[in-house]
Amino acid sequence: MTSNGLFPDWLLRTDPRLKVILLVLWSFHLAFLSTVIAAAVGLSGSFLIYLISGQRNCLKGLKSLLAINSFLIFIWLLLPFSFSVPGTVIYSLGPLDVTREGVNLSVILSLKALAITLGALAITGSSGPYDLLAGARKLGVPEKLTALFLLMTRYISVIGQQYHRLAQAMRVRGFRPGSDLHTLRSYANLAGLLLVRGFDRAERIYAAMLCRGYRGRFFIRADFKFKCLDLGVAWLFVSLGLLVAGLDVIGNIN
Amino acid sequence: MSSETLIKLSGIVYGYPGRPVVLDSLDFILGQELVGLIGPNGCGKTTLLEIIMGLIKPQAGTVEIMGRVCSEEKHFRPLRPQIGFVFQDANDQLFCPTVADDLAFGPLNMGASRQEADEVVRTVLTNLGLEDFGSRITYDLSGGEKKLVALGTALALNPKLLILDEPTNFLDEKAVTRLEEIIRTLKLPGLVVSHDLNFLNKMVSHSFRLENGRLTEV
Repeated sequence: MTSNGLFPDWLLRTDPRLKVILLVLWSFHLAFLSTVIAAAVGLSGSFLIYLISGQRNCLKGLKSLLAINSFLIFIWLLLPFSFSVPGTVIYSLGPLDVTREGVNLSVILSLKALAITLGALAITGSSGPYDLLAGARKLGVPEKLTALFLLMTRYISVIGQQYHRLAQAMRVRGFRPGSDLHTLRSYANLAGLLLVRGFDRAERIYAAMLCRGYRGRFFIRADFKFKCLDLGVAWLFVSLGLLVAGLDVIGNIN
Repeated sequence: MSSETLIKLSGIVYGYPGRPVVLDSLDFILGQELVGLIGPNGCGKTTLLEIIMGLIKPQAGTVEIMGRVCSEEKHFRPLRPQIGFVFQDANDQLFCPTVADDLAFGPLNMGASRQEADEVVRTVLTNLGLEDFGSRITYDLSGGEKKLVALGTALALNPKLLILDEPTNFLDEKAVTRLEEIIRTLKLPGLVVSHDLNFLNKMVSHSFRLENGRLTEV
């Protein structure tokens, strides 16, 4: 991974152990905010973190941020109305009343969701999965979880390729998805086949691991050293966290 | 039984439920040579390899690896790393994010220190002519490269024999030539399952045909 050269790449060079801690703390910290101003500053904080994460392709990362919007649509379809959040009515849409409290809640939730996603994108995107995993292991995360994660990062693309090959083979034989039983049945077969193949592959991988002396332990090959830069990054996160928390407290008093 | 014998199978029977037996009191002895194994699809070649590795249990018969009778997992466990088994699909064998991680997996399992494992990784990569592949991501490798690295994961354990399951599958001519050169320089005994007669003729001293549950020399 290389820096884009425009912004510093501090996060890229941060100790993975620290990144795991920051990821967890920053996400939970944001999740507990309850005022619009604090959530908005939290989002700006995540954006700042994103800028120093040294991501090669900023735009691509930001595009994946859009994915979260599909969840937010549901919030905006339900929460602003009096049937889910009662309160002061500020606008009427036919039989539906839009409440100030509902809109407020939707804004806070949306800001928090975007902030957490952006922060997570910055932290996870700035290191290889294996580094983060090694960091998590060093912090005492159970081996079963990290092993699961390791195998997932490795095989998700293999399963993806398999899916594309099967889907292509279906198209080659004239398959066009429609809204009929044939389409549903074909997709069910496709999904079933992927599942069966995944299962078979898992067995073969396990066999291959046994052949190389696997005895239920993964050995992490990583040497981490806590550097000055890590202190700096930690300081930045703590400052941002305190700022956001302070704003939240002040907002709640008023 | 001489000390030269690496694998000795006697009276092996194996069948899958609801189908005629695949291996029918099969006998096989592997000495210090590289032999080929051919046979039609579904005749039980891979099953035979799995029995040798102790990955599945035969319904009857005995498996002897390097003079030791193996009937349980605990018998096979210390012997497996001495057998370099290369799977048909390299994707099954390479499960770590980077080539170096994958090559180090076996040595680390055997209790090597990180420095020792790194040393093994370097040696294996040099021997395969893949010096700067250590940090490459396994799923980005080409089919030929994957196969070589899969062979490398077996070699990283410094095996006494090789078992190759369809090593030339999906490989182009150039990759096959490279594989041939490497196997030739290794000079390891073992068993090669292949449909590629051209490849077998060049690599092995003689071949067996697996048909109707038995082996016959060809």
